[in-house]
Amino acid sequence: MYAYDELDRTLINERVSEFRDQVKRRLSGELTEDEFKMLRLQNGVYLQLHAYMFRVAIPYGTLSSKQLRTLAHVARRYDRGYGHFTTRQNIQYNWIKLSELPDALADLAEVGIHAMQTSGNNMRNVTSDQWAGVAPGEIEDPRIWSEILRQHTTLHPEFSFLPRKFKIAITASDHDRAAIKIHDIGLRLYRNAEGETGFEVLVGGGLGRTPFIAKTIKPFVSRRDILSYVEAILRVYNQYGRRDNIYKARIKILVHELGIEKFAAEVEEEWEHIRDSALTLEDSVIEEIRSRFSYPAYDKLPHMPEELKKTAHDPHFEAWRRNSVFTHKVQGYSIVTLSLKPVGGPPGDATADQMDAVADLADKYSFGEIRVGHEQNLVLPHVAKRDLPALWKALDKIGLATPNINLVSDIIACPGLDYCSLANARSIPIAQELTRRFANHETANMIGRLHINISGCINACGHHHVGHIGILGVEKNGEEFYQITIGGRADENAQMGTLIGPAVPYGDVADVIEDIVEAYLALRARPDELFVDTVKRLGVEPFRERVYATR
Amino acid sequence: MTSPLQQKIKITGPSMVTANRTSDGIVIYRTAQQGWSASLSDAAVVRTSDEARALLAEANADDVGAVGAYIAPVELKDSGEIKPGNLRERIRSKGLTIDLLPA
Ligand code: HEM
Ligand code: SF4
Repeated sequence: MYAYDELDRTLINERVSEFRDQVKRRLSGELTEDEFKMLRLQNGVYLQLHAYMFRVAIPYGTLSSKQLRTLAHVARRYDRGYGHFTTRQNIQYNWIKLSELPDALADLAEVGIHAMQTSGNNMRNVTSDQWAGVAPGEIEDPRIWSEILRQHTTLHPEFSFLPRKFKIAITASDHDRAAIKIHDIGLRLYRNAEGETGFEVLVGGGLGRTPFIAKTIKPFVSRRDILSYVEAILRVYNQYGRRDNIYKARIKILVHELGIEKFAAEVEEEWEHIRDSALTLEDSVIEEIRSRFSYPAYDKLPHMPEELKKTAHDPHFEAWRRNSVFTHKVQGYSIVTLSLKPVGGPPGDATADQMDAVADLADKYSFGEIRVGHEQNLVLPHVAKRDLPALWKALDKIGLATPNINLVSDIIACPGLDYCSLANARSIPIAQELTRRFANHETANMIGRLHINISGCINACGHHHVGHIGILGVEKNGEEFYQITIGGRADENAQMGTLIGPAVPYGDVADVIEDIVEAYLALRARPDELFVDTVKRLGVEPFRERVYATR
Repeated sequence: MTSPLQQKIKITGPSMVTANRTSDGIVIYRTAQQGWSASLSDAAVVRTSDEARALLAEANADDVGAVGAYIAPVELKDSGEIKPGNLRERIRSKGLTIDLLPA
């Protein structure tokens, strides 16, 4: 957990009263929509198809049980009793009234939650690994660095009017759970050959209309220099970024147009001016931030407690344990992922009742802490193994024990045309149909790890480019069609998927995906050859043939 | 569907003007009585681009009451009933097409 200081609390509260005044002036007509739009966007308020949408930040995906209860309260009191967890460690409410938004913000502020920089052309929520601080083999907790960057860039005048939005993600593990290669800046914390910890810095990743995998701009930047180095990148971007054309304004386009070497040289030159400035991070500053993160007082517990042995004969429990329970860095504890992908449900949605129940379970079994991951699932990061059977029973009761983590029905999907004013086509009903087709756990398990990502338009909020199977909604003569790509991935080996052929109509999508999966099962070299690896080995051709032979 | 917020004003069939209500964001339709209604059946239907332009201008003039007004197609039934002219408007007028709870 992270304890905010007085400065943060004052800032958040001031922001709420400022926005209350702005809303009042908007409703009385003193402010026009043109004048108000930027102000509401600075507070996470979009206008969608049916209503205002309100996006709230969950910095580096860490929540206390008290904060989660407040998120539940906002869903219940000001919305329709549910919220949507997004791919960037935010939560979105879909039905908020403008007139009630200041009250919702004030309630959130009481627990240190806000919506600053969840939209607009500024530094967005600095995301991180949802297993930060508990993953075995991690170099150190990457959230310390998310927090340092968050503090430095929040409401920083120089970074409040960037050419376009700017997203940073940080990981400190070999396996990248934060999708750093599709961010404007990706930071990988590691220890170099000399034993010093620092960052590999990647730049220019992003999806949307013009997708790019981030490139390494500097293989090693020491910890003390990371702030000045990131600032140097932002300055070069601020100076050269294309403000004239919204489609070319992201840093990925600048990096692509200049080439990574030239861009790196510009950054290097800028960095020379500022690297030995106040931006240098002395150890004391890092320690100060580190000390604000608190970790549970873990007990010394056995690796294999009696409670676990006793329940091992229950096949339902075992299926869940094998799928959703992961190794913790401390013996006797586990990391537990809570699937927000029930069969037939909208991916990433949780009801207020579920949020309250998870908060209670976190208090009982996870030292009051909850995490949110970019895969749109929740995590209880510190569960004693002896508590797993009891936790499982409780989760099952509230519909959060679907054993499908990383399987074909653990689908990442954006809101699509059911909510989003930019959409071409619906995403959620496609996801729901697919979860029904692959509802059988044995089948899904036999298929193995397979990530399906769905976006309702080219903005790629559902990360379709990097789905093992990506589904993109397009429009043809007023009808919903979907382009299908295969072979993408979002992890440390990130790459874009390849289009398999012409777009297919709404009603065919689930059949096409079933065909692709059947083709994979017939083609894979061994049962443990993953879908993406089969695609890598054989290319898209055999899949294309299978899908289009009869269409 | 191209975002209607960017459209040029040229209609090819019966159309209406729709927006979201400023205070709570709900979907509203411009009526022939120079007001707004939450019901599509109350919408003023226009048939020419000039009429559409005029209705939109009138709607935009009410900056306090409504946000993001734009022109959208409707389908007119023989009975006189007004139906949404595309999927986007169907979803806006009838609500989500999905089950919110797992089923
Ligand atoms: C419903 C309201 C939403 C709107 C209006 C919206 C709008 C956009 C736009 C315009 C972009 C492209 C930006 C660019 O390339 O410069 C984008 C990208 C993105 N959005 Fe959304 N989005 C919405 C909801 C969501 C949701 C629900 C999620 C998570 C599930 C999400 C996550 C993302 C991510 C991860 C990207 C990144 C792609 C990139 O960095 O290039 N957004 N969004
Ligand atoms: S991908 Fe498109 S349809 Fe989906 S949420 Fe983003 S902007 Fe909306």
